[in-house]
Amino acid sequence: MAIMQLSVFLENRLGRLNDVLSVLGRNGINIRALSLADKASYGILRLIVSDSAAGTAVLKEEDVSVNSTAVVAAEVDDEPGGLQKIVGILLENGLNIEYMYAFVEKSGDKAVVVLRVEDTDKAEKVLKQKNVKLLGEREVASI
Amino acid sequence: MKDFSRGVDTVTAAELKKIQLERLKILLKDVNDKIPFYTRSFEEKKINVDKFSSIADLQHLPFTTKSVLRDNYPFSLFAVPLSDVLELHASSGTTGKLTVVGYTRKDIALWSEVMARSLACAGVVRGDVIQNAYGYGLFTGGLGVHYGALELGATVIPVSAGGTKRQLMLMEDFKSTVLTCTPSYALFMAEEAKDTGVDVSRMKLKVGIFGAEPWTEGMREQIEKEWNMLALDIYGLSEIIGPGVAMECAGKNGLHIWADHFLPEVINPATGEAVDEGEEGELVITTLTKEALPLVRYRTGDIVSLNTERCENCGRTMPRISKIKGRIDDMLIIRGVNVFPSQIETVLMNIPEVAPHYQIIVTREKHLDKMEVLVEVVEEIFSDEVRKLEELEKKVVSEIESTLGISVSVKLVEPRSIERSIGKAKRVVDQRQ
Repeated sequence: MAIMQLSVFLENRLGRLNDVLSVLGRNGINIRALSLADKASYGILRLIVSDSAAGTAVLKEEDVSVNSTAVVAAEVDDEPGGLQKIVGILLENGLNIEYMYAFVEKSGDKAVVVLRVEDTDKAEKVLKQKNVKLLGEREVASI
Repeated sequence: MKDFSRGVDTVTAAELKKIQLERLKILLKDVNDKIPFYTRSFEEKKINVDKFSSIADLQHLPFTTKSVLRDNYPFSLFAVPLSDVLELHASSGTTGKLTVVGYTRKDIALWSEVMARSLACAGVVRGDVIQNAYGYGLFTGGLGVHYGALELGATVIPVSAGGTKRQLMLMEDFKSTVLTCTPSYALFMAEEAKDTGVDVSRMKLKVGIFGAEPWTEGMREQIEKEWNMLALDIYGLSEIIGPGVAMECAGKNGLHIWADHFLPEVINPATGEAVDEGEEGELVITTLTKEALPLVRYRTGDIVSLNTERCENCGRTMPRISKIKGRIDDMLIIRGVNVFPSQIETVLMNIPEVAPHYQIIVTREKHLDKMEVLVEVVEEIFSDEVRKLEELEKKVVSEIESTLGISVSVKLVEPRSIERSIGKAKRVVDQRQ
């Protein structure tokens, strides 16, 4: 069920983000969601794309430092406390969140939160038990 | 086939000294008679070459430096007329002026002999196929190995440097068993092989003979792992003869210097005095048997230590120099501290996640030297978590600082953003002044 996120190492140089995005664009890879962790001299661009395997391959061909990481994509109820519910379930189960970011589904009004936790399998299991809807590769691709 | 593993390589220390002294006496008379530079400098120091009676007297003789070769550009230091010189080589210096060396027929025979002894020392035998990827041309690497291969009776492929795809193809199709090139090129080729899907496990390589630039034990491990072969160090410099001055055996515990032809001394570069055996200092070589360009106490600029014990691995008694620790002229003085790029490389190699591609940038800000080390973030070390990259940065910083005792900053850069080399690696960019 987990989805693969691409993580790209970006040096803090003018045009580097543009270079990476151009590679994806040229190769018909669509970006669904992204977040950028920035440091003074470099950043880590995290991407959910329409085809993670193809995305990794085309970036590697261009000598971009890229790796893929399993992340959990969970639907958030559009109501106060919606996100807290998910975070709370993870906390109860002792699962630490390394980082997270969110995007909105195109079709509806649901928000999706992407979570990077140490134990992806366990996170999925406990979220499903509490009836949180998780998105798979196919659903993300068709957003 | 000649047996290069015995004979003079295993003489006793006393026998070696006797050979050296006899040859030294002839050499000193020769250079005094034939080379105006030596006639003048011996006269200035009031040295009577006829009274020379022991190797210890050598310490009273003046040094020859690289600038002497440049000042005598192109042929003024030759002891023979140019018509006796069969081959000329030259190496470019940082100042732009070339250092020119010449070889008589006897010198070529000498070069062939010492290079054949070097190959034999690495375990190369007749029937081996040597892929010689040192550059052929003015650089002595290519032809030196070539002559040694002919002398030894091994098969040599004079492929020269560069053309990595072709190198890999020949290596597979000709079933090369020996690879000779710079260590950085060996790593570069391994990387290329991976990228282009060439399966190096099909190669028949058993030993690589790497030199022409200093390299570390870490690089050796990396090369041996990538290529699944023994990686040995060869030493030489064109002023002395080219490659084949000294060679490691499979014991990997120092390079046997062919001291019946090249008399080694190790000195304190600041005072010119000999250092104790085992201590680091600058390697100084006197060529005992060269004709065209004999050199007395030539300062190589290479930092080594000397070991005269019989080799426990191969039984050779030829003294051993350590792997080159650095170059006097590569030595960076950063805030008064002597830093050799090889020290930084050793630190990086000891951190398992870090690839061998790095560059040292030295700058000066407000009269203060700053050293920055660029490290490429290859796939193996890249993490999607900032925390892990920060930990890696900190680790590199603290290990370098504890080794060198000076502060350093580390910058993670993208893969392949540091210039790759086919010849010698550019590890240091000094932007001061």
